[in-house]
Amino acid sequence: MKTIFKLAAVAAAFGLAPAAALAVVPGAPAGTTDTPALAPAAAPAPAPAEATPATANAATPAAAPAAALPRTAPTAGIGQPDGRLGLQEQVSPIGQEAAWFHNMILMPLITVISAFVLLLLGWVMFRYRRGRNPTPSRNTHNTTLEVVWTLVPVLILVVIAVPSIRLLAHQYDPPRADVTIKAIGNQWWWDYEYPDHGNFTVTSRILTDEQAAARGEPRQLAVADRMVVPVGTTIRMIVTSNDVIHAWGVPAFWTKIDAVPGRLNETWFRADRTGVFYGVCYELCGAQHGYMPIAVEVVTQEQFRAWIASQPGGHMPGAQPAAAPAGGNTIAGAEPPAATNQSATR
Amino acid sequence: MTDTTANAVHFEAASHDAHHDADHKPGFFVRWFMSTNHKDIGTLYLIFAVVAGIIGGAISGLMRAELAEPGIQYLGAWANSIHALVGAKPAEFNEALHLWNVLISAHGLIMVFFMVMPAMIGGFGNWFVPIMIGAPDMAFPRMNNISFWLLPPAFLLLLGSQFVPGGTGLGAGVGWTVYAPLSTSGSPGPSVDMAIFALHLAGASSILGAVNFITTIFNMRAPGMTLHKMPLFVWSILVTAFLLLLALPVLAGAITMLLTDRNFGTHFFDARGGGDPVLYQHLFWFFGHPEVYIMILPGFGMVSQVIATFSRKPVFGYLGMAYAMVAIGVIGFVVWAHHMFTVGMDVNTKMYFTAATMVIAVPTGIKIFSWIATMWGGSLTFETPMLWAIGFIFMFTVGGVTGVVLANAGVDTVMHDTYYVVAHFHYVLSLGAVFSLFAGWHYWFGKMWGKQYNEILGKLHFWFFFIGVNILFFPMHFLGMEGQQRRTPSYADAFAPGNHLATIGYIVMAIGMVFFFINVFWSLFAGKKAPDNQWGEGATTLEWTLSSPPPYHQFETLPKVD
Repeated sequence: MKTIFKLAAVAAAFGLAPAAALAVVPGAPAGTTDTPALAPAAAPAPAPAEATPATANAATPAAAPAAALPRTAPTAGIGQPDGRLGLQEQVSPIGQEAAWFHNMILMPLITVISAFVLLLLGWVMFRYRRGRNPTPSRNTHNTTLEVVWTLVPVLILVVIAVPSIRLLAHQYDPPRADVTIKAIGNQWWWDYEYPDHGNFTVTSRILTDEQAAARGEPRQLAVADRMVVPVGTTIRMIVTSNDVIHAWGVPAFWTKIDAVPGRLNETWFRADRTGVFYGVCYELCGAQHGYMPIAVEVVTQEQFRAWIASQPGGHMPGAQPAAAPAGGNTIAGAEPPAATNQSATR
Repeated sequence: MTDTTANAVHFEAASHDAHHDADHKPGFFVRWFMSTNHKDIGTLYLIFAVVAGIIGGAISGLMRAELAEPGIQYLGAWANSIHALVGAKPAEFNEALHLWNVLISAHGLIMVFFMVMPAMIGGFGNWFVPIMIGAPDMAFPRMNNISFWLLPPAFLLLLGSQFVPGGTGLGAGVGWTVYAPLSTSGSPGPSVDMAIFALHLAGASSILGAVNFITTIFNMRAPGMTLHKMPLFVWSILVTAFLLLLALPVLAGAITMLLTDRNFGTHFFDARGGGDPVLYQHLFWFFGHPEVYIMILPGFGMVSQVIATFSRKPVFGYLGMAYAMVAIGVIGFVVWAHHMFTVGMDVNTKMYFTAATMVIAVPTGIKIFSWIATMWGGSLTFETPMLWAIGFIFMFTVGGVTGVVLANAGVDTVMHDTYYVVAHFHYVLSLGAVFSLFAGWHYWFGKMWGKQYNEILGKLHFWFFFIGVNILFFPMHFLGMEGQQRRTPSYADAFAPGNHLATIGYIVMAIGMVFFFINVFWSLFAGKKAPDNQWGEGATTLEWTLSSPPPYHQFETLPKVD
């Protein structure tokens, strides 16, 4: 594996690896797409300005074959919908707290309330039908009852409010961020900038149905170049837009925030397991609103370093050749990091 | 045409001239196009709402057809036919996708502004508010007329906007919320302007109607009809009218700013000029949240009348019921930002809107339990209106409790703009507001048209519709929990079973609607004559003291209420 990392890093150092270093080149011969682990890196892909979903990723064929990181395959039932009739498996601490709140408090509560109302309705329909109760009562007041059915809902709401407000407070109390990524919505794709890692940009466009199928990824959710983050790390997301309002959301992280032009919205997540996690744009943004999915690849720290090194100009913040741990990323020293950038964010 | 109906004293004088003929009707054109009679205008509103409902419902049929399978099946063909209709070249893929956004926008706008609101407030409100308070007509009959006649041009503008350029393709593909900047820099072409004008006209129509209702209810109640004796339907219309009066001007301002942003270089919502796209959302939802209560409160009122009638008991906790509606109306104005929890809000703001939103559950709970308590001890029969009303109570409860889930900003993070939200608001609207409309329609069918509807067809309609909409909307909760986003024609394969089921539910519902239309036409032409009081001892409001249909001018002598 290390060899692969090194190769990628070397390629990066020579400027051969494009932004799309992780991409399997769409439209490449079937032989290469069969082996997603070792994809040939494409020459810098021309940005398809007039892209439609069918042609969005029709990049040029490989010019200089170079090794890239293994492309993580999605795990069934993790990070993507699988028709489970419930929330997706949560892989972030906030997500787990929120899913507990939803599954253990809200869902039972609303089920019981609905069943209670249904039961009452069924009972009065049976007991007080005309056949059984021909003479209606004239009773129209019962102060005790009215006070009870005002106060009991209030109490229930207080019971809900405590974990709800706590969850909100936790969502807005992020740990110190280790990695900052700026997600920029465009009609209709996402750009991910890594300002502390050499300020390179990953352009993330949807794969066609055929490309997704060829890679064993879910249709309509797979992208060519994923956003890559390290596992167990607090990721600060700065989200904005270049044109209309989009929304960056990944259900498995319990993260969703609007991308508003002219605003820098901030949110965060921490993925506690590796894998591929899919999301979509959640705000109506024009014709291809359903065609700008999100794929976040959560990798180990080592893989992340290697991936950073494989990006054009990519380097770990504060990484000096000597300070960096052994591995492929030592090559990253070939391009010295911008010192100002690190001090600003570390 | 001297109109004198607003004033009881004048009215007496006029009827002398007409030789005491209360049923003297003007000729066809004057009667229907220059109408000042609240019942005729109510009828016009109802006809308008049915037509709009057919169009809006058909659009949702197109949507469900496309959504039955993942991927794009029909959009291209539909876009091509529209392009052929206006003489444009065949649609490209993006133009076909744009058609999807046009469909969802049209469905939302039509159902909200041209179906539910005209039917509830303009239709049943016009028909029964004056009668229920013992008034001869509305306070401002001519204003009533213009309120209605602003709607057809508004509707034509909205329908016409589908066939002119709106950015990526033909039509306004901006959603019913018309968010900037998608609706400004994102949608060049006249289509969005036409849609905005349509909202302006519909809004002006509603404001005029609201003024009319408030004046009528405050000033024209029969002797003895104090505010605390008014039927709950009148209370519901009174609260609704205040919501309309306070909320709609805000919408009018917001969409006027959209218009100037689009056409006159202002930058209210454009960050490049110092504006703020989020400002539009605040303005829109300051209107938009009261708007959802505008759509449901008259339904509350109708359901209260129906439940009391068929329980043969007065409404339980009348004052609690009336002031619960007032409370819902008031709180409805201070919860708007729960529609915008992911917009990037301060944590304290989110906490406030979470708490305020949950508070609405309390008055709503009072209403639900009071309806059940009304039935408790009653002598219940289950004619069609009662079925709709009971269906309403349960379905509104289901929609209400998912609302409590969504109120939690922390949970909304994952639910926002997913099908969970779609399921929630269709449970309170498509299964709430629409159920109450059908309850009112069947309850007053005999009273309005003088012919009885067919009970068997009515029940078939109810059961098909009830089962259909539940199959249609219940799976959407699960689709949303798993993260399916709103407003897309295609989706990941894992969502296919739920969507397929939903489309089957639509078909079941549509079969129910066939029974409805058969019932309407069959009953109007061949239905049994309706007696004055079709429902017996439980029907105690003033409309049941009149003939069916009521005389053209009722209450020549004002009734006394004790």
